[in-house]
Amino acid sequence: MSHRTFTITHENLLDVLTNTIAVGNRLVAPVRRGKKLFFRDVQEVQSIVFDFIQSDESPKDLVFPRVEPMLAHEYNAGNVYLIDFAEKLQPLPTILFGTRPCDAVALSLLIEFFNEGVGDPFVEQRAENLTIISIACTRADSYCFCTSVGVSPNDSRGSDVLLTPIDNDQYYGIVLTEKGNAFVKKGGDNFIPSEPKDVAQYIVTLREEFTPQEITQRLANAFNHPLWMDASLRCIGCGTCTYVCPLCSCFDIQDEGTQTKGVRLRCWDSCGFSLFTLHTSGHNPRHIQSERWRQRVMHKFSYIPQNRNLLGCVGCGRCSRLCPADMNLKEHLCTITKEMTEVKADR
Amino acid sequence: MKEFEPKIVAFVCNWCTYAGADLTGTSRIHYAPNVRVVRFPCTGRIDYNLIIKAFERGADGVIVSGCHPNDCHYTSGNFHARRRWIVFRTLLEYIGIDPRRIIFSWVSAAEGAKWADLVNKAVREIRELGPAKEFINMKQWYEFEKALGGFRG
Amino acid sequence: MKQLHERAHELLEQKAVSVIIGYGEGTEGRVRPVFIRTLEAVRLLVWDDRCRVNLAVYLNKPEIRKFGFPIAVVSTPATVRTIVQLIAEHQLSIGDVVVLVRENDTVRALIQKEDLEQYARNNPVIFPPFVIEEIELLKKMSIEERFTYWQEELAKCFKCYACRAACPLCYCEKCITDVNQPQWVCVAPHPVGVFEWHINRAMHLAGRCIECGSCTIACPVGIPIALLTIEATRVVKEEFAFTPGIDCNAPSALSTFRVDDKETFIR
Ligand code: SF4
Ligand code: SF4
Ligand code: SF4
Ligand code: SF4
Ligand code: FES
Repeated sequence: MSHRTFTITHENLLDVLTNTIAVGNRLVAPVRRGKKLFFRDVQEVQSIVFDFIQSDESPKDLVFPRVEPMLAHEYNAGNVYLIDFAEKLQPLPTILFGTRPCDAVALSLLIEFFNEGVGDPFVEQRAENLTIISIACTRADSYCFCTSVGVSPNDSRGSDVLLTPIDNDQYYGIVLTEKGNAFVKKGGDNFIPSEPKDVAQYIVTLREEFTPQEITQRLANAFNHPLWMDASLRCIGCGTCTYVCPLCSCFDIQDEGTQTKGVRLRCWDSCGFSLFTLHTSGHNPRHIQSERWRQRVMHKFSYIPQNRNLLGCVGCGRCSRLCPADMNLKEHLCTITKEMTEVKADR
Repeated sequence: MKEFEPKIVAFVCNWCTYAGADLTGTSRIHYAPNVRVVRFPCTGRIDYNLIIKAFERGADGVIVSGCHPNDCHYTSGNFHARRRWIVFRTLLEYIGIDPRRIIFSWVSAAEGAKWADLVNKAVREIRELGPAKEFINMKQWYEFEKALGGFRG
Repeated sequence: MKQLHERAHELLEQKAVSVIIGYGEGTEGRVRPVFIRTLEAVRLLVWDDRCRVNLAVYLNKPEIRKFGFPIAVVSTPATVRTIVQLIAEHQLSIGDVVVLVRENDTVRALIQKEDLEQYARNNPVIFPPFVIEEIELLKKMSIEERFTYWQEELAKCFKCYACRAACPLCYCEKCITDVNQPQWVCVAPHPVGVFEWHINRAMHLAGRCIECGSCTIACPVGIPIALLTIEATRVVKEEFAFTPGIDCNAPSALSTFRVDDKETFIR
């Protein structure tokens, strides 16, 4: 197909997906497990869920798994053997289907983050083998705030193909990258070339509550503001917000094993845990929850933007939907941008 | 086909069962060689985590044994242990692990014959249950090649 | 609600408590914990069927304790039992907490040992329907089916520890999972680490779990994780005739024993 834009019916799309599995690709898509929605390997395209606002777990573990074995060692008869998992890693070609645009943006930022400087062979190889087919949002809920953090409900960044549901059970699609092109090519006649269309009428409109610049500016002098304590009194310091966030990238390196054999693992971690900053001496520089909550907000909306030209949040709203204490990030950021009174730079 | 030889780890207290197992040896009673004995000061020290670790690292069965009630060298270590075992067994069963893989016993320093009998019976029973399949995916974590690809739920 | 507001007003006006931990309106029809310290804020308190999360968890939080005891807590029957259990475990003293409960359409403040215990005894914790359903489901399963069930459920766990953070009885400053010399529980959320974590959590809550269900509500991936601690507590109840949360002076079930505890399974 030579066109960058196309239409496809829902049924044909399912056929294409069935076919991608048949030819040995790994298909990962939103599926339900109990009441929750996850991105999981799919064998039967019928199990894919299309009608949802946002999944519970983010798809970040496709590039940054919750456990990544990095290297292993074995001591045997006087010799030491090493396995470098970065060299052995052979990620399957994977189609990640049905992500929301905010997640695709988040994944691209996450990949960018890990690949900065010396780079990260694990994330890099996984990302290379990943094709992301996103579906633009026609619905949103009150937890969503992508438009306030510079992302839009049909953002194309990070996606290889972006689909928009239009009338008559059809999708309008844009091919954005070579990988996307390869995916569409394999679908053959199922994809019907089309002239570029304006699909704005199908996309949900979301009010812009604040701008990234506003938050960043406000936060620059807010380190000692009483707001942190007030807002985080009800935070119980679980890691939920971090673990479901598509952009949270903190990790912990763990060594496991016996006297003769061991493995080094990279596992998810959270700045919300008191253990995260605990020193061996027993001193904890972030000794209460408000300091940890402040770190989470500051890191995403002040430190990251200072160092790089982006925010650490795409406004997917997962952290707020799933927080057991109903800590609502959008509400919190509104407070910061609208109500927060200036405080002296330092006490 | 060669018969399945279960690996059994025995956690025993120093004062009774370990001495009892010693007596089995000095009395020249033969018993199944499938057990590896680990000595503890008292059954009160035999943390359930140790039992779990044994299974994770490849045991097919575990024997836990100490002094008879009222004979504990530290008076009540075995009474405390017994309470924990009751809860622990039930939990394992609830989570789907066959509690018959753990064999609890009291063997005193004078019961050399009982020890031999206990081990022989345990080997027979565990052999019938087969390898501890419940822990297969955990054991695989220690064969690192299998861990390749990262773990997703 | 009016009664609660009056009570709260009274407590704050007389400076009988430093803060009232209660429920307030949250987002999307949810309720959220609120901390009432001023008379103007009293109107934020709500109390209806949505108010199920166990607020006693905040009694362990250093920032809240810093306000100073006594502290008032808007309580469900489970919260009352939790507070009694925390007293039994020497985490709170009688008089530290003013426990606000609903009784026959009135709001009562419980402070004394007798009142707390009596209320706790008369008001058992009622499981939400989905917990009962799940318990029944598991009862009918064979051991192999239960194994599959838990394998599937636990595979979801990414060890965010929300279940631990939400539990008012998981208050240890240093949890066994955080101990690394020696390391008892693998940190990684792989099959070993997850299994070890949940067995330890259940063992440590055996005979202490109030069955409030807060852990299950908190779990972001939807594991009915309270079932394990409920089961552990069921055995303790059955075998040792011991119910947590009804006696301010009760010893801990697993650090006591009776000479005639069951031993049919011991050879
Ligand atoms: S903000 Fe919510 S989800 Fe995050 S640590 Fe606090 S209580 Fe947990
Ligand atoms: S911080 Fe919250 S809203 Fe922002 S990307 Fe992470 S989970 Fe989504
Ligand atoms: S809250 Fe759920 S996902 Fe988090 S550690 Fe507990 S069981 Fe695992
Ligand atoms: S384990 Fe769960 S149900 Fe039991 S007291 Fe803790 S939070 Fe409540
Ligand atoms: S010393 Fe043998 S059980 Fe305590």
